[in-house]
Amino acid sequence: MTAAQIIFLITAAVILGSAFMVVTTKNLVHAALWLIVTLFGAAVLFATLNAGFIAVVQVVIYIGAIAILFIFAVMLTRRSMTDTGPGLNRGWWLSAAIALLTFGGLVWLVSGWGGFTKAAPAYPSGFDAVAALAHALVSPEAFVLPFEVASVLLLAALVGAVYIAFQRKGEE
Amino acid sequence: MIPLSWYLTLSAALFSIGMFGVLARKNAVAILLGIELMLNAVNINLVSFWRYNNPVLMDGQVFAIIVFAVAAAEVAVGLALVISIYRRRNTVVADEIDLMKW
Repeated sequence: MTAAQIIFLITAAVILGSAFMVVTTKNLVHAALWLIVTLFGAAVLFATLNAGFIAVVQVVIYIGAIAILFIFAVMLTRRSMTDTGPGLNRGWWLSAAIALLTFGGLVWLVSGWGGFTKAAPAYPSGFDAVAALAHALVSPEAFVLPFEVASVLLLAALVGAVYIAFQRKGEE
Repeated sequence: MIPLSWYLTLSAALFSIGMFGVLARKNAVAILLGIELMLNAVNINLVSFWRYNNPVLMDGQVFAIIVFAVAAAEVAVGLALVISIYRRRNTVVADEIDLMKW
């Protein structure tokens, strides 16, 4: 057991435990707070994978924007401060069976692949991953088109969100 | 060093937990939380494939960035829909939103 493996196992336990709490907690504010724990765990994993920029973006965008948006949405859509009734469907055991089958199927599928247990290649010394990522995002030979399409998508989504949630005069 | 299989198994487990949340939860906001878990599992997969293939090729990280953008757009529109439905019908339970159900 190396230190990296111990860190991975602790992070994985935190991620899976908090993800389980996200889908089972009745109180939605608590579920959103558990989601923040899960996202932090994923950021730690990105850092162990030498993807420092992705880890920072994960904290800034997912935790700073998306999780806070969830907490606001929970606060805006509560009938009262007390939650009533069960949080899960009547057929939740069927959903659990489907989720277990999906997990088994995915693990079976990737374990049949040749590179399943391969070790990481040595990280090239002096390689600047952030600069390479920036070049890849704006280079015409690489990903400039998906990058621009993503920005158009974000603009359209924001305009659409404002239009959908806008309260017109005379309504209510 | 950690083998690739650990990351793939973890992200398969996280994806399945998120899928359970999407299928089993009643509250529409909780369903969106499950979708976030699934998107994170995909991101862990993409970044670990980037690291374990050839780190000089940045495709995996670019895909992860695009997933971030799509997740932000999806959450903004999804939560706007939930708030709009809550204003009109005074509910966020997915079973009670059945106007278009035959």
